[in-house]
Amino acid sequence: MKGIRLLKVEHLTKVYEGGTVALEDVSFEVPDGEFLAIIGLSGSGKSTLLRCINRLIEPTEGRITWDGVDITAAPQEELRRIRRRIGMVFQHFNLVHRSKVLTNVLQGSLGYVNPALSIINKFPKEQVRRAYEQLDRVGLRDQAPKRADELSGGQQQRVGVARAMMQNPQIVLADEPVASLDPVLAHSIMQYLEVINRDDDVTVLCSLHFLDLVHRYADRAIALKDGHLVFEGPPNEIDDEKFKEIYGKEAERVG
Amino acid sequence: MAEPTPTKSKRPFGRSVLILLAIFAGVVVYAYGFSVTDVDLSQIRSETRREQLTRVMRALARPELVTYERVETNTDTPFYMPCPPGGFTPPEVDPFSRHITVDPACTEPGGTITVHGENFSPNARVTVYLVPPSGDLELTLKSGLIADDTGSFTVTVDTRERPSDQPQTIRVKTREPIGSIFKPVTVESIDPNTGATVVVRSPRISKAALDTWDKIIETVFLALLATTLGVLIAVPMSFLAARNLMKDITTPLIKLGLQLVAAPVGVAVGVIAARWAQDISGLLTDSVLLVLLGLILLPGLIVLALRWAFPAVELEPPTLGLRISRGLVLFVAAVASIVVLFLSASLLQRFGDWVAPRLGAFEFLGAFSTTIGDILAAIITVIAALAGAGVLVNLAGKLASWMRNHLPDAITRPLAVPLVGLAFALVAVIIGQGIDWLYQIGDPVKIIWVPAAVGAAFGMFLAIRAYKREVVNIGLTVYYMARTTFNAIRSIEPLVMVIVFVVWVGIGPFAGSLALALHTIAALAKLYSEQVESILPGPVEAVQATGATRLQTVVYAVIPQIVPPYISFTLYRWDINVRMSTIIGFAGGGGIGFLLQQNIRLLNYQAASVNMLAIAIVVASMDYLSSRIREKIV
Repeated sequence: MKGIRLLKVEHLTKVYEGGTVALEDVSFEVPDGEFLAIIGLSGSGKSTLLRCINRLIEPTEGRITWDGVDITAAPQEELRRIRRRIGMVFQHFNLVHRSKVLTNVLQGSLGYVNPALSIINKFPKEQVRRAYEQLDRVGLRDQAPKRADELSGGQQQRVGVARAMMQNPQIVLADEPVASLDPVLAHSIMQYLEVINRDDDVTVLCSLHFLDLVHRYADRAIALKDGHLVFEGPPNEIDDEKFKEIYGKEAERVG
Repeated sequence: MAEPTPTKSKRPFGRSVLILLAIFAGVVVYAYGFSVTDVDLSQIRSETRREQLTRVMRALARPELVTYERVETNTDTPFYMPCPPGGFTPPEVDPFSRHITVDPACTEPGGTITVHGENFSPNARVTVYLVPPSGDLELTLKSGLIADDTGSFTVTVDTRERPSDQPQTIRVKTREPIGSIFKPVTVESIDPNTGATVVVRSPRISKAALDTWDKIIETVFLALLATTLGVLIAVPMSFLAARNLMKDITTPLIKLGLQLVAAPVGVAVGVIAARWAQDISGLLTDSVLLVLLGLILLPGLIVLALRWAFPAVELEPPTLGLRISRGLVLFVAAVASIVVLFLSASLLQRFGDWVAPRLGAFEFLGAFSTTIGDILAAIITVIAALAGAGVLVNLAGKLASWMRNHLPDAITRPLAVPLVGLAFALVAVIIGQGIDWLYQIGDPVKIIWVPAAVGAAFGMFLAIRAYKREVVNIGLTVYYMARTTFNAIRSIEPLVMVIVFVVWVGIGPFAGSLALALHTIAALAKLYSEQVESILPGPVEAVQATGATRLQTVVYAVIPQIVPPYISFTLYRWDINVRMSTIIGFAGGGGIGFLLQQNIRLLNYQAASVNMLAIAIVVASMDYLSSRIREKIV
């Protein structure tokens, strides 16, 4: 199944207001079904790159195409239709704290459901059933009626994953999904992403801090440094020399 | 670690001079302040001022909560004329109750005595009599005497030649209040208006207290209505004044132009649709049965239409034909909705009129239904106009998107320039009409052509300036407009606003609630919007990423975050409104302020004291209540 659709990033540049260059001329391709790790120091442009793909951040220059559709040129309506097929998982989970866990998961279906009815918090039965199903997958079915902020960090991130999966995504963008979690929880979340990637055939773009996670889960890795693409290849090609190039001369490998 | 070096801080000379200058400047500022605020201690020391102050403070300390009926009362003391052998010692008196003493306690017939009375009513009219032993005769010794502020009097009178070895009586007649709060009595009294004899209780709750009760209730509800109305409008407005929500809303020039042209057209369409709906509902309102039938059937049809036009889940973009038929169905549904509104209004009015006379003391519930019906009927056209504008703006947006997607850039870009010019000309003409209404210029050149030309020039200038970027940041423009409006309205105190509303709707609590509501809208919208600005951006980003619309994002990511502060601010504002409503009556806005002002003007400080007491109780309990609710909810 791999390699049918293609996410193509071409000459992507993002300059923030005030002149900070977050990305400069970044180009790469992601075949369908791949688990791609994005590594680099804090501030190297990983988050910006991921957010340019679903246009939470508007790129300054360059093109991102997916399955032949130019995401960067899509008008609002079409952008929403593209976004609903791209799930996203965040470093700080980004759940709505005061809402129920179930509501947080149902948010994943907002792009599909009747906008008028969803405003009064009415979702089709089918979507509610699916929401429970997603919660089941991450082992949180019994937490559904709780408020999101009553959950622990690891549980919150699992809700985040369930919300992304609720979208029936073909791509999941994971922005440092485990950076706020301890190593044990980190592996559990990464395993969910792995299952999604392997069993549901979802393309995963995941930015990561720890190289051992990259080695363990990623099919391929790209590395960013100061907004430039400095490495692209299988994770095992990142040797000490490459590592120093990506993370700087003084860096020590910790993982 | 560096060696700690003890340094003697040496203040440079220039700095010292600066401090001296600052102190001098401070003295000048306060000296001038004293002079303009007329600080004058000689006023405070003046004897007459002090007396007046004492009088007012004493009156204020005695709120007139109850009134006592006054009846003619005798205060007696035994008296001998001539002195009995062995002299006469008068009985002991209680210094704290009403009493009189006679000095000397006995005298030769026709001698002069001094009568001293204490603890009578302040300023009571006093008559002094001599009652001979038989007791059936009262000889006037002195009349037309007035007791002083503390209820004391002293008078020297000549007695009569009526010797007796029996004890006689010196009697003082006054009108004294009877009964006490713990032991009220009933007495006969003459109604001052009708002259009839009525039985009344003494003491009884004073008129001042009854009026205060009426008005304080009015005050509390005035504040409630003002807060409710204010909150209803301030909540949606606050989103427009939140920078974080608005800053990213940009619109392509061509879309802006089309939408600005579409808005007034939409208003016209809405008004026409409302008229149709009114005509249609006019056919039904003759019969209650038809109204009820319409109210049952139409909402069902509307729901069906909405279900069809907005399917629960839509995976593929709809075709053009489907879109058009959906649009038509929705238009019919919209007209039907307006008909439903008209029918509801009519039903409410009829029901209110029918039920009011049958409810007795709860007649106001019927009147409420009628009024709500009236309000609904009055705002339907406005709703329809706004909805029409909304729909047409939306359609114009779609058209613009279609043009941008299907027409070459070389056409759409230049086309945007005259379009934006036209749109601004239209806006300018509308503004021109407003100016004409205010200043009655009446010259078509000045109110149509000149604004149109200026607007068109401005619009085209703007379009050319934004030509390269092709988009304008409409969100920020709306943000600044909303902010400016709120700040302008907020800076005018409701006490001033009420003057305009009094002219419009007459003196009374309605004017007061409208003025307070307007101020509440501006103040709350600002406070609310600051809360929106301080929400966590993460959840917003997350919901946006799912492909949610802007409205869905607000409902799912923004609103849950702002509920606690909104409730807290609403309660706080209610608190303020209760306080404001106690004085809004000073300017004609109804409530207890009107009474308070009247009592102060009439120098009726004891009644004013009742008003102030009521205000203090209400404000304090509201404060307590709102803080408790806040604790509970937030």
